[in-house]
Amino acid sequence: MSATILSWSLLVALVLLGLAMVAASYRMMRGPRAQDRIVAFDAFYVNAMLLLLVFGMRTGSTLYFEAALVIALLGFVATLALAKFLMRGEIIE
Amino acid sequence: MSHAADLPVWVALLVSCLVLLGASLALVGAIGLVSLKTFYDRLHAPSLGATLGAGGILLGSILLFSVLQSRLVVHEVLIAVFVTVTTPVTLMLLGRAALYRDRSENAAASPPPITSNEETRSGDSI
Repeated sequence: MSATILSWSLLVALVLLGLAMVAASYRMMRGPRAQDRIVAFDAFYVNAMLLLLVFGMRTGSTLYFEAALVIALLGFVATLALAKFLMRGEIIE
Repeated sequence: MSHAADLPVWVALLVSCLVLLGASLALVGAIGLVSLKTFYDRLHAPSLGATLGAGGILLGSILLFSVLQSRLVVHEVLIAVFVTVTTPVTLMLLGRAALYRDRSENAAASPPPITSNEETRSGDSI
């Protein structure tokens, strides 16, 4: 009973997060300017992190948690570097 | 899903509600990213998924793994703290970078500068 509830709701959550990633990648491809693409990339990696967490809950292993943590760390650094590049035209001055 | 076979039903329902709330908020944020008109509007949309969306899913994950392993599992708090700290930093940097670019190109869509009059008024209200 509880396994069925959890399985279906986590599947629905996976589909919702996948749709969110599709919407973010649409804005990333379409976005009229560079800053639109970077905001879309930010939303994209946050949604990918959440997708991995939900997938880890579905499989019952805590291994996916570490992958989600790495995505959060690297995504933050990447977005920061891209924003700095937009501001200054170079990353390391 | 064999690991969740002996889970209490109320835990399954609570985890489902939290995860579905988080995922639908993330989807709403991403839809806002697509449908809002200007960049400065779009900047606000994804933070919906990064705050309450991530919070719901992480709370659900903490609850599920704590009950499954019958001990307190709180390593998801790491991600929650990290996302809470980093989201405003990235969005503020991006907003400032976009403002700088728009101002330097004299774009028509860029927001008007804050005049000294408004600045003192907002300073007084604080």
